[in-house]
Amino acid sequence: MKNRVVITGMGAVTPLGNSVAETWEGICRGKSGIGRLTKFDCTAHETRIAGELKDFDPLRFVNKKELRRLDDFIIYALAAAEMALADAGLASGAAEGERTGVIIGSAIGGLATIEKEKEAIFLGGPRKMSAFTIPAVLANLASGHVSIRFGAKGPIGCSVTACSSGACAIGDAVRLIAEGHADCMIAGGVEAAVTPLCVAGFNAMRALSKRNEEPEKASRPFDRDRDGFVIGEGCGIVILEALPRALDRGTRICGEIAGYGNTSDAFHMAAPPPGHEGAVRCMQAALRDAGMEAAGIDYINAHGTSTPLNDAYETEAIKTVFGEHTRRLAVSSTKSMTGHLLGAAGGIETIFCMKAIDTGMLPPTINLDHPDPTCDLDYVPHQARKAAIRTAMSNTFGFGGVNAVLIVKKFEE
Amino acid sequence: MTLEEKVISIIMEQLDVTREECVAEASFIDDLGADSLDLVELIMEMEETFDVQIADNELEKIRTIKDVFEFLKSRGTVWQE
Repeated sequence: MKNRVVITGMGAVTPLGNSVAETWEGICRGKSGIGRLTKFDCTAHETRIAGELKDFDPLRFVNKKELRRLDDFIIYALAAAEMALADAGLASGAAEGERTGVIIGSAIGGLATIEKEKEAIFLGGPRKMSAFTIPAVLANLASGHVSIRFGAKGPIGCSVTACSSGACAIGDAVRLIAEGHADCMIAGGVEAAVTPLCVAGFNAMRALSKRNEEPEKASRPFDRDRDGFVIGEGCGIVILEALPRALDRGTRICGEIAGYGNTSDAFHMAAPPPGHEGAVRCMQAALRDAGMEAAGIDYINAHGTSTPLNDAYETEAIKTVFGEHTRRLAVSSTKSMTGHLLGAAGGIETIFCMKAIDTGMLPPTINLDHPDPTCDLDYVPHQARKAAIRTAMSNTFGFGGVNAVLIVKKFEE
Repeated sequence: MTLEEKVISIIMEQLDVTREECVAEASFIDDLGADSLDLVELIMEMEETFDVQIADNELEKIRTIKDVFEFLKSRGTVWQE
């Protein structure tokens, strides 16, 4: 008999705000977190917009010494983990111990540090390398620093599965608890890759929107005028606990992770296969894992990147999986507001699913002015909508043909 | 600013410690909370600032702030600013 796994705390830093509350308020108001790119001089770049954090004060979470030696992706993870633990009532050392673990996924890790230190070695030679280079670059060091800070001595890992990293992290963490390897997991995704190399690299792939003059309108999933995704940064972390432990603690239970699916396209490094059959199998796998019929899902937080291919293919895949039920489904892309947080997407979007259930509010897809004829679902256009929902599915698909789908459910004993 | 003052200002910045903590006898690891990587970084900063090279075997002998003063003086380092 597998343990049921519940969410007892959530923390986030996103382009819409430096907490879950502030971010969710932005989502419900249909606000865009996209603006001019400020993290580096992007004059020569084709894309000059991004979803950056705003007024984030790292010194609230790390001291000056740590600020110098840690890459931003590690600092964002420490911030979101601290808020998530506090939200779960585990702030004062109660997260410590051998039964608590950490899996925080990241697609790219410390890319900004790689770029900075490459310049140092180029200009000054190998002796100019900082001793903190390697530990700031390794993608698993977000998990590493969170475990050190909060004394979590159980299982530790880091999923590096492109834009599915955060969802894989949560899915893997759920399985560790379900199978009895841990009682509590700090899990989610983080990314801080608004850097020259990343922006130029995605531009070379023709993957990013170039709507530089209207940043807040650039991310427009399912719209006929969409022209690519908008890169974002941030972190979303949830505290997962075995149900008996959460009940023993008498803590507030936000909801349950009911199912997780993970499949591979085995098709192409970046493009989805015809009919997005890998995504179809992944959504079906998550439903099976949850012991649910397709008709049991009320809301889908779509991968919805705003790229021409994804949005059409994902729509088709949803129709394949949900058949007749599709027209009763609400589907939206919160990336229209946050941009695409790459490895952090699965983290924040799981939180959005949880908040949608909790508050009875469906997040909108903003900028959906002229729906693409191939995209004909109820995408909750423009404005958030009230709806009593019990179950939500979060889709994430990544380069390398990774698909990861989570199902979040209202908690009922 | 004297050589000693310059050394201490670098230590304060690198290790995020106060002027009061930076007594000559203070040990980087035992008193100032540094780890071995901090020490490497600190020495790199000294090399850069004072234009000296510190070999790994000399690095091992540097444990306190006073050791840095003495090392730099033995190299005839002067500082005026």
